[in-house]
Amino acid sequence: MTKVRFSLNGEVAEVEVEPRELLLDTLRDRLAMTGAHAGCEQGSCGACTVLVDGCGVRSCLMFTVQVGGSEVRTIEGVGSPGSLHPIQQALSTHHGLQCGFCTPGMVLTALELFETDPHPSRDRIEEWMSGNLCRCTGYVNIVKALEAVAGTAEEQL
Amino acid sequence: MKPPRFDYVAAGSVGEATEALASAEDSRVLAGGQSLVPLMNLRLARPSLLVDVNHLGALSGFESHNGTLRFGAMCRHRFLETDPDVRQKAPIFAEVAELIGHVGIRNRGTLGGSLAHADPVAELPALLVALEGRVIVASTGSERAIPAAELFAGPFTTGLEPDELLTTVEVPAHRDGDGGAFSEFVRRHGDFATAGVAVILHRDGFGACEQVRVAGCGLGPTPMDLSAAGDFLRGESSLTDGAAEELGRRVAAAADPPGDVHGSKDYRRELAAVLAADAVRRAWARAGSAGGA
Repeated sequence: MTKVRFSLNGEVAEVEVEPRELLLDTLRDRLAMTGAHAGCEQGSCGACTVLVDGCGVRSCLMFTVQVGGSEVRTIEGVGSPGSLHPIQQALSTHHGLQCGFCTPGMVLTALELFETDPHPSRDRIEEWMSGNLCRCTGYVNIVKALEAVAGTAEEQL
Repeated sequence: MKPPRFDYVAAGSVGEATEALASAEDSRVLAGGQSLVPLMNLRLARPSLLVDVNHLGALSGFESHNGTLRFGAMCRHRFLETDPDVRQKAPIFAEVAELIGHVGIRNRGTLGGSLAHADPVAELPALLVALEGRVIVASTGSERAIPAAELFAGPFTTGLEPDELLTTVEVPAHRDGDGGAFSEFVRRHGDFATAGVAVILHRDGFGACEQVRVAGCGLGPTPMDLSAAGDFLRGESSLTDGAAEELGRRVAAAADPPGDVHGSKDYRRELAAVLAADAVRRAWARAGSAGGA
């Protein structure tokens, strides 16, 4: 077992894990961050996306022992039920989610996009989000929501 | 899905990494993990020891030195795609990196990892063959270079020994008159390519073609060197539509693609012809302009 310390949504997290434990499982089973969703568990769907040091990564393809000293951000660290992040608000307003399974990964992936480029074009949004699968919406309303965010002032983010 | 148990070493130096690799049977290097970890989750790979090289900052640089471009093996695809220095000095790497997977994959996946994994449909191995590059590999106390032509032994198989670590990737630096392009076909954006063709060519000061290099992915068990198909272009100072299509026909004839559920052999040959014609047109235009690729 290895002790691993990292920052989780701004607070210190410390766990003792076997090397084979995936970050996704540590987040869900030990740290109650169940917003990271276990979809395909082989890197295809993007539902388990979290930010590690600001970069969107598949948490099913990283071992927890690899994130020692890193900053990990999950959906629990983005907005709150009473005060949604602009990306979350836009997805709600534009009906960019139905069952919600893919939504945390979508939000975190979009968060990295807007931090890289506050006003992405529609093409850029579509390319950037293409690694996150959604089986409900047909994507149209997700893209619409993110276009709305792209059109708003960057200080809102 | 949980990977089988393994021991883990986070290497602090290349020496530590190679020592660790030699210390166990079935040891594997953990680079970006975007191919290895899915295989472990599916229990198709069961290494006994993972040697994590993600902390080796010395392996993530890019430099131009004496006519050679040198990439650290841990250059991530996203770095190749966005780094201004790479985009200026090695634009073909940026063009190819953008074709790989999705941003979440490119944030982790690495150049050296892709080459060592040697997936026959991967883009970067084909690019290395087209550019006549080479890799530097380290083992305990020694180092050797492997030219691209000798690196890829079969599907998912390279000439690397189990205790060797791929540390550096070298390709010739861009000269005036060089131009390159990579064309591929994918069913869905970000998927593995059904087929892809890289064309790298050089035109002399009068615009005449001096050299044509062609390599393909998805067209054989390894990234295939199809350069002989372009020999007829040498000495030509313009590229007609007929010549671009002729290159396509020759590439298709030389390719040895697999037939599977994603496309038959003949279908992939047709693709190879179209992709080669497209790539040579773009490479030709770039070779004739400042900047090239």
